[in-house]
Amino acid sequence: MSQDTANAKTTIEAAGRISRSALPSRLFAFTKHGFSILLTFVGLTAITFIIGRVMPADPVLAIVGDRASNEVYEAMRLQLGLDKPLIQQYLIYLSNILQGDFGTSIMTTRPVLDDIIRFFPATLELATIATIFGVFLGIPMGVLAAVNQGRLIDHVIRIIGLFGYSVPIFWLGMVALLIFYAGLGWLPGPGRIAVYYDGIVEARSGIILLDSALQGEWEIFWNALHHLVLPASMLATFALAYIARMTRSFMLDQLNQEYILTARVKGLSEGAVIWRHAFRNVLVQLITIIGLTYASLLEGSVLTETIFAWPGIGQYITTSLFNADMNAVIGGTVVVGICFVGVNVLSDILYRIVDPRSHD
Amino acid sequence: MTDQPTETGLKEWLLSDTPQSAAQARCQRLYLAWLSFSANPIAMLGLAIIVVLVGMAAAAPLLTGGDGTEQALANRLQPPSVAHWFGTDELGRDIYDRIVWGARITLYIVGLVAIIVVPIGLLVGTVAGYVGGWVDIILMRVTDIFLAFPRLILALAFVAVLGPGLENAVLAIALTTWSPFARISRAETLTIRNAEHILAARVQGASTARIIVHHVTPLCLSSVIVRLTLDMAGIILVAAGLGFLGLGAQPPLPEWGAMISTGRQYMLDQWWVATIPGLAILIVSMGFNLLGDGLRDVLDPRSGGTS
Amino acid sequence: MDKPLLNVENLSVSFDTPKGVVEAVRGISFQVGQERLGIVGESGSGKSQTGRAILGLTPGRVEADRIEFDGINLHKAPARTIRAIRGRRISMIMQDPRYSLNPVMTVGWQIAEAYRVHTNATKREAKQHALDMLTTVRIREPEKVYGLYPHQVSGGMGQRIMIAMMLIPGPDLIIADEPTSALDVTVQLQVLAILDDMVRDRGMGLIFISHDLHLVSSFCDRILVMYGGQIMEVLEAGALDQAEHPYTKGLLNCLPDIDRQQGTLPVLRRDDAWMNRKGGAGGDVP
Repeated sequence: MSQDTANAKTTIEAAGRISRSALPSRLFAFTKHGFSILLTFVGLTAITFIIGRVMPADPVLAIVGDRASNEVYEAMRLQLGLDKPLIQQYLIYLSNILQGDFGTSIMTTRPVLDDIIRFFPATLELATIATIFGVFLGIPMGVLAAVNQGRLIDHVIRIIGLFGYSVPIFWLGMVALLIFYAGLGWLPGPGRIAVYYDGIVEARSGIILLDSALQGEWEIFWNALHHLVLPASMLATFALAYIARMTRSFMLDQLNQEYILTARVKGLSEGAVIWRHAFRNVLVQLITIIGLTYASLLEGSVLTETIFAWPGIGQYITTSLFNADMNAVIGGTVVVGICFVGVNVLSDILYRIVDPRSHD
Repeated sequence: MTDQPTETGLKEWLLSDTPQSAAQARCQRLYLAWLSFSANPIAMLGLAIIVVLVGMAAAAPLLTGGDGTEQALANRLQPPSVAHWFGTDELGRDIYDRIVWGARITLYIVGLVAIIVVPIGLLVGTVAGYVGGWVDIILMRVTDIFLAFPRLILALAFVAVLGPGLENAVLAIALTTWSPFARISRAETLTIRNAEHILAARVQGASTARIIVHHVTPLCLSSVIVRLTLDMAGIILVAAGLGFLGLGAQPPLPEWGAMISTGRQYMLDQWWVATIPGLAILIVSMGFNLLGDGLRDVLDPRSGGTS
Repeated sequence: MDKPLLNVENLSVSFDTPKGVVEAVRGISFQVGQERLGIVGESGSGKSQTGRAILGLTPGRVEADRIEFDGINLHKAPARTIRAIRGRRISMIMQDPRYSLNPVMTVGWQIAEAYRVHTNATKREAKQHALDMLTTVRIREPEKVYGLYPHQVSGGMGQRIMIAMMLIPGPDLIIADEPTSALDVTVQLQVLAILDDMVRDRGMGLIFISHDLHLVSSFCDRILVMYGGQIMEVLEAGALDQAEHPYTKGLLNCLPDIDRQQGTLPVLRRDDAWMNRKGGAGGDVP
């Protein structure tokens, strides 16, 4: 075989590899993933169904509470269809969820979905701000630690990170309140906003910072911001620690790879080697990590909101728990669960878009 | 190709390049792993913390005056002093005693969860990875569903239904913790199943069960152990969270999370009641993380630590 | 050929391991002129570490009297000087393009980067140079290949891309560390032919590191045989049959030869005495 034929052959092979990632295979991968997500959703609802309807000794009592009258009890029993076979009950449950019907809360006597919509933005606010801090502080810290592996700065960052994901966040919140609120008076106490400001700003997005800024109520904006600092810092501590740790781990992996040697051989500066080459490979994996962090924060807010009396979904679930308000607990669990799954799916999709290796 | 003069005795036996038996090879590996591990001061710190924890739990009767449940209302909310190293709580109980006895509860929770999740995770993962096909698909779907769950919230819902209690909390935590182990075992099994020694075992007529139990599982163990140790801190935190919400061990048991909860209302003036149990949780959690990191560096160096 | 391109004196590379200090390279000395020098040895002989130590890219501890290139002692030079030399004056081709190319960048971009590092070229100029280079290494449709990712190219093409990338700044000396070991035999010859042409056309010096004695002898002018971190023997490529050191002779005897009549293929017998040679000089440039 002559040199030219050999060349042609290799080029054609390469061209073939590109065209193989044409539409049909993409579609197939997409439907495979969609099916997988669907299955996870079904599984989530099945498990909450089992927890909410199958496991309790008396699911009706769990939902209506022990102060309900006989008529209410009977009405609920019929509504739940407890005489019907389990599969049918589950399907009723599932179809209700798909229509957004999580039942009514004993506590607030409102539909659970309304409650959830009311409380969710507060949690989103916390989780989003904490994640942003975690990302913009944690990533540089992780890179710094990896590049200086074994030196003092590496150990310092590792210890900070260790603290961040070992500490019980609710406890840290209590200590922080003791020091910064009770002790030093630098920051306000629990609550999302000072009592006398409550309700002044019209809740359009549910996020006080956004609403007050849009309506020009700057005093309220600053007040809300001040209230945000402590709880967001607590969550940010965890986010920062986790992200820094994973970034460090990924960077160390990459810095040991052959292509880093190539980059150095080319005569690139250390900065270019670290950020343009190594970090670019890490970025792809970090997307998944950031997604996981956000999801964890949604969940971790449960305890933080209790400490800071933050009216988010976490506090909603725990209060419902203490009031034995099963509809609310299950409804909250399903919604948080869906968000959890949703965030992970989103980061998965982003990952596939950004990583060229997954294109074929 | 080292230039060291050969040493005599045990050390030479452990460091020789030509082991004479499988047992010697295994001892050598353990010794080298230990050398590598003990060279890492941070990992040793983690080990020390855990050893202290276990020691505290085991020797609790020797280290304390009572069992932490005697109330002495006249003595309530005393600050730390010589008589009461960590002070007393709202019912006059000695906090130091409660912390030491609480170590037992912590170990109990962690131990029970480990005993539940490791066998289940290994079983599901190795079977799915080795057998493949439909079994694999179904098992992995189930694993993924549990993996996709928010841990604390699901545990909350679970305990909400079953009622508070130590065992229910353990069950709830175990339910949300086993999936990663199945994933890890499956990943390891997939790498191993085509190895030649597995093929040799099959050729010799070993049954699938025997191969999975005797050949595949031992190779998955190191990854699983590393992951378990790393997860323990998380398990402790979730347990503390449940305890804080009153859903874990019930009073008068000295569970650290519950202690924080009851101490919360006295936080302003009697800070020690809530702060000290939290410190205990923090230290133990850090200990497990340090230990896990150290183990991972030794057992699984390719996963990026201090390599 | 009077003045050598590279002059290495008493080079040692060592690593600290839990089991003790491992000396990968022990006090070797050699010179490279505008010629092709082959460094042959088995795994662990220290040949790769030698190549990396020249560029200051080994994680081990490097000790040397001098590593002199164009009047500069690379061993003692400041980082900035070394970075200016890397790629521009001395370059290195690595073994496996699957790992030695950055997986998330297009191959074309990586070649262009190698050019831009040492010149003030614009992106467009660099791209044009990269495309020209791709043509020089006989890649058809350079435009299309420019936009490919490393996982989309075959081994042979990847190595040609590596060659393009490493030669685009126009270095004087190139170190090839097992450049064909990861390739199929047929592809090996093609890649070697390209390397051959380019080294000859540009008048570069070449250090060819390999475990394949016959390959090196057919490609290079002089051969350094390494074992245990030391140089056992220095040979002219055409004079293999005049090898004196028992290790070299052992290596040659291990390879089956269609013309030789032998019953059993001999096994290389190692002698601990070889390890105590202390360094070994690679001979002067002729």
